[in-house]
Amino acid sequence: MSQSQTAPDPIETQEAGAEVLLRALKEQGVEVIFGYPGGAVLPIYDAIFQQNAIRHILVRHEQAAVHAAEGYARSTGRVGCVLVTSGPGATNAVTGLLDALMDSIPLVCLTGQVPTHLIGNDAFQEADTTGITRPATKHNYLVKRPEDLARVVHEAFYVARSGRPGPVVIDLPKDILIGKAPYVSAATTEHRSYRPQTEPDRTAIARAVALLKSAKRPVIYTGGGVINAGPAAGAAMTALVRRMGYPITNTLMGLGAYPSNDPQFLGMLGMHGTYEANLVMHGCDVMLNIGARFDDRVTGRLNAFSPNSKKIHIDIDPSSINKNVPVDIAIVGDAGRAIAMLAEAWDADPTPVDRPAIAAWWQQIAEWRGIDCLKFTQAPAPGSIIKPQHAIQRLYDITRELGRETFITTEVGQHQMWAAQYFRFDQPNRWMTSGGLGTMGYGLPAAMGAQIAHPDALVIDIAGEASILMNIQEMSTLCQYRLPVKVFILNNQYMGMVRQWQELLHGGRYSESYTDALPDFVKLADAFGGHGLRATSVDQLDDVIREMIASPRAVIADICVDQKENCFPMIPSGAPHNEMILGTDSNIADAGAAKLTDAGMALV
Amino acid sequence: MISPAIRSATISVLVENEAGVLARVIGLFSGRGYNIDSLTVAPVDDNGHRSRINIVTSGTDMVIEQIKAQLDRLVPVYKVADLTLGGPHIAREMALIKVIATGEPRAEALRLADAFRARVVDATTESFVFEMTGSSGKLDAFAALMRPLGLAEVSRTGVAALARGTTII
Repeated sequence: MSQSQTAPDPIETQEAGAEVLLRALKEQGVEVIFGYPGGAVLPIYDAIFQQNAIRHILVRHEQAAVHAAEGYARSTGRVGCVLVTSGPGATNAVTGLLDALMDSIPLVCLTGQVPTHLIGNDAFQEADTTGITRPATKHNYLVKRPEDLARVVHEAFYVARSGRPGPVVIDLPKDILIGKAPYVSAATTEHRSYRPQTEPDRTAIARAVALLKSAKRPVIYTGGGVINAGPAAGAAMTALVRRMGYPITNTLMGLGAYPSNDPQFLGMLGMHGTYEANLVMHGCDVMLNIGARFDDRVTGRLNAFSPNSKKIHIDIDPSSINKNVPVDIAIVGDAGRAIAMLAEAWDADPTPVDRPAIAAWWQQIAEWRGIDCLKFTQAPAPGSIIKPQHAIQRLYDITRELGRETFITTEVGQHQMWAAQYFRFDQPNRWMTSGGLGTMGYGLPAAMGAQIAHPDALVIDIAGEASILMNIQEMSTLCQYRLPVKVFILNNQYMGMVRQWQELLHGGRYSESYTDALPDFVKLADAFGGHGLRATSVDQLDDVIREMIASPRAVIADICVDQKENCFPMIPSGAPHNEMILGTDSNIADAGAAKLTDAGMALV
Repeated sequence: MISPAIRSATISVLVENEAGVLARVIGLFSGRGYNIDSLTVAPVDDNGHRSRINIVTSGTDMVIEQIKAQLDRLVPVYKVADLTLGGPHIAREMALIKVIATGEPRAEALRLADAFRARVVDATTESFVFEMTGSSGKLDAFAALMRPLGLAEVSRTGVAALARGTTII
């Protein structure tokens, strides 16, 4: 790097490191920090105490701080900010960091560290935080010199939000926070090596459009990349897909980018995706993937994945392209830019689409839709046990009827898949779930973060009774800040997805998947200062949902559901898309039933 | 169609010379299950801001493309170059090879060292340390010849590599 030696020195009057840190955070637009104090970060907490620009939300566990920041980031499109102490503070944050890495969520996590002269001495609450978090972050820093502090903070925010977003850790030794440090503004710092490509290659876009125009059985498959590219990218994509007239499916991470009640929308694809979405993927001749990564939950058995299609893959991360599935046209760039260029090229290309072929394709899709793969039967008589699908369906119907802005988070398991199947999204950034890492305990703190960002919105954590216990302590945070988050538990007393796999793959031996001593969730809500509700039969469900939503407080609604219900459709691990297990209520019993192989069992 | 055959690749990576950068590269290889056959690293500019890492690895074309893409997305990486794919290149490494022997094997070791243009950098009446620079294959061949003659210890640097001609990464 050639830097002029005569350039004016940007260093201004020096302040304490902690002050410099907060100043840099303010310059980066941080309004909220989710954190938990401890010895190594006391100087930062002292600085926080003496200002009003940045609000601190005191969580009850560091993992929850990171998930809350994820919920904040995903519901706003901004960079989430976390502050934890050294040692256990940092190690508790690791799960959240990896969760954010896998789901490409921009975060900056500040971790305290022992003073520089004690590093490596096994000091009290010392951990090799940069070592531990290296594979769990997009990048991390250990600030060893006061003059690096402000620059590193600015760089961290740049790295977190640029290219494929992700979490960045800044490890801050206590002496750096106490000692004087110079301030530099973001404008004077430029990252030396990290310049991700965001502008797609125009010729590749033109080839993609030519291929899409020639398609007879096309599909558009989009993921979290379109969400991360911002609401405008989703809107532009929706407009383009409507002009194309092609079917579209979303990944779990991509739900909301395309209006789910639109007739061109096939529903979610993948392991618990719809019959029509998976068969379209299997049978298509041209596939356009925007911002999705051919995850194993989506592809099923790789060598049987969409065997006869030409594939176009648009991704901002070149390492996502040709990783699992070789593609014919690779386009590196920001999804928003790529969609804009695709739309321009699509409109400029006079070639008509093959209308008869597309009409025949839609006819085929209509047949597949006729299977009605998400059909379920809810016994209507008062006293009947509640089907979990019905509970989500009613929750959706009632929130839609009320018309309030609604954000949904989930934990991980059956309830998560049912939520993805039965709760429908028309806008991006309204759906937050742990997709890549599959972190139980994600939903409650994520809902907390979303509620902080949207105080007047309705924020619901669709949960299972097992997952919710993994971060239940955050009920205390909700009550402290009067956050009216609604926890909607589908309580079947089992780790439902584990139980389902044990039923299907392990001879019904329900090893350790039943919880024998659950808390009384109604009393638990009361104990935390929230409001507890319970529905045990179908006639109580609507009243409970309405009361839950109407309450100005944090609510736990314990919805006792059918314990035996399984989540279908299901592509078992190791099976291709055209071998799906369907629920008994759908209009055919069995779609060429997948054979469960040993190799498949090993795939988790 | 991408070939499923395993090939060797010499990859050069230009990185910001900051704390932990080597750990990032090595962690990427171990974490994702890639092979490292050899790895060298040293600062390569005047002020020590940039280092060059040369990695010899092996895998199918798809895996090697993936390795390059993964390396390229590390934040402190400036550039990744596949010298094997990029055209003719020179890859050299240095070895120190200790042979402990007396009598005829000792004399034979010295004759072979001469034929291989290895230099004697240390000698006692019972041992030699040879210094030898060349391709990895040449070093392998020399070490194999020394084995029956009393090969006791080998220390190798790993590969340093550059493209031939005016090409730079």
